[in-house]
Amino acid sequence: MIGWGFVAVGGFFGAISRFWIGNVVKRLKLTKLPLATLIVNLIGSFFLGYLFAGVSEHIYSLFGVGFLGAFTTFSTMNVEAIQLLNGKHIFTGVFYLGITYLIGVLLAFYGYFLAIN
Amino acid sequence: MKAYLYVGIGGAVGSLLRYFVSFITLYFFGNAFPYGTVAVNLLGAFLLGWFTSHILYQTNPSLATGIGTGMIGSFTTLSTLSVDVLFLWENDAIMALLLYVTISMIGGLFFAYAGLKIGQKQVDS
Repeated sequence: MIGWGFVAVGGFFGAISRFWIGNVVKRLKLTKLPLATLIVNLIGSFFLGYLFAGVSEHIYSLFGVGFLGAFTTFSTMNVEAIQLLNGKHIFTGVFYLGITYLIGVLLAFYGYFLAIN
Repeated sequence: MKAYLYVGIGGAVGSLLRYFVSFITLYFFGNAFPYGTVAVNLLGAFLLGWFTSHILYQTNPSLATGIGTGMIGSFTTLSTLSVDVLFLWENDAIMALLLYVTISMIGGLFFAYAGLKIGQKQVDS
């Protein structure tokens, strides 16, 4: 049962951290690219890859399933991509998705290999 | 400040729901394919699309952010998707890997689009 508590606490702080980064980045108004979601998804993939190499079950529940699971988001990414494509920003939308999937997976591998070596 | 608390509570609830789904799918279908991640991600993409058009964003923006950004955002996950790919690669399950990535990429867009369209129709009528 204690695992569920770890997931909830991690999820609480993971979501708040993602929301906070979103608010900070939004204020900068740098680009049409949804930079905040891109940043959390890439950072989160790296650290989850790192944890995946081997930590205790409770640590994985708290930081992996809870914090990083909630810190990163798939639903927001796809809604943002659809809004870009709908707004005729085809290149930005495709670039956004492509870079999230490609770099996300590569960073998960990188975190994993850093941890096991 | 209230929005932060709502997002945190939503994040806890969304994460628990995601954990529950992965628990159930692992129990019934095993770990040869990441059914749990596919289920939460596609369902969440649809729900967030639908909820984005919701009237609650005008009447109670803090609560809406708690549900949308907090709960649905945390229910879905991109880090787990990346690590699922790593897991399948390590297990030489290349067909499953390609299928998984394809379903996630196309399905995510499709479900987010469907959710947005259905939500807009409901708001318009």
